[in-house]
Amino acid sequence: MSDTEFEGIVESPWSGGASPFAINSKKLGMWLFIISDSLTFSALLISYAYVRLETPNWPRPFEIWPAIAKSSLMTFVLLSSSLTMVLGVNAAFNGDRKKTVRYLYATIVCGILFVAIHATEWVTLLGEGVTPWKNPFNPAAPLFGGTFFGLTGLHMLHVTIGVVYLAIIAWGFGKGKYTAEHVEVSGLYWHFVDLVWMFIFPMVYLLSVNPK
Amino acid sequence: MSAHGHTAELTHEHAVGTTKLFATVWVWLLLLTIVEVYLAYLRLPVPIMITILVGLSLIKAALIISYFMHMRFERLGLFLLLIPAMVFCICMMLIMFFPDSIRLMQLRPH
Repeated sequence: MSDTEFEGIVESPWSGGASPFAINSKKLGMWLFIISDSLTFSALLISYAYVRLETPNWPRPFEIWPAIAKSSLMTFVLLSSSLTMVLGVNAAFNGDRKKTVRYLYATIVCGILFVAIHATEWVTLLGEGVTPWKNPFNPAAPLFGGTFFGLTGLHMLHVTIGVVYLAIIAWGFGKGKYTAEHVEVSGLYWHFVDLVWMFIFPMVYLLSVNPK
Repeated sequence: MSAHGHTAELTHEHAVGTTKLFATVWVWLLLLTIVEVYLAYLRLPVPIMITILVGLSLIKAALIISYFMHMRFERLGLFLLLIPAMVFCICMMLIMFFPDSIRLMQLRPH
């Protein structure tokens, strides 16, 4: 389709046509947010790699059981929530409101489950005496706790915000206040949270498996 | 294309991909995760682990962005707008940080 056909719908002041990316403004806005947020997480992950590289004897406290098993289960839960989310978006575009809301609820349940399992993980570490400024495994590397709680904490905050966001969308979509685009845009956010975990899980957990 | 196709073309308001496609992507993501966990179980040396894990994570990220986030079904222009700039910024951070980190490591008394 040529751009001239769009004239008369929206006047475009530049030569990109009325809608150069053929998406709505909400979706473009969410994509731009995701890119900037991905740079926030990249900065945190890179600063973690920085201190880890320059600190001798960085602690590797995670045992296969229970820490790695737990975090693998969390990964499974989050990946499954992405699947229910994307199926919910499809149901929304097909106009099936009930099915969409059910898929969104399934996604929310997975999100809450993720936060709950992660919270037990935090409690275990705090019980072992790890805090953002103190590290009992190796006092010479006090930043272990800071990087761990900083990275996973920011991710957990994203999951929590995502659960609230999806709950609002599910409520509004069920009532007919929101359109399928709203569901798709909330899905973009949710998949991004899943994507970030795909980096945090190997970098924080799998690289810190107890070598003994 | 006929005149009534306008609004549908402006923003594609229809479902993309099938349940089978998304389930396949999900299975692949799970398989790659299992490989990662298995590698951690083997306790390979850290430099090898980092290389393999980052590689697998990038593949997983590409799968999520392409299929779950529908990037494959968008125009190429959106991809070109977003992804190269992000990759550039991340590469700049890597170039700035790591030489300094290695320098600090070497300055440390042994």
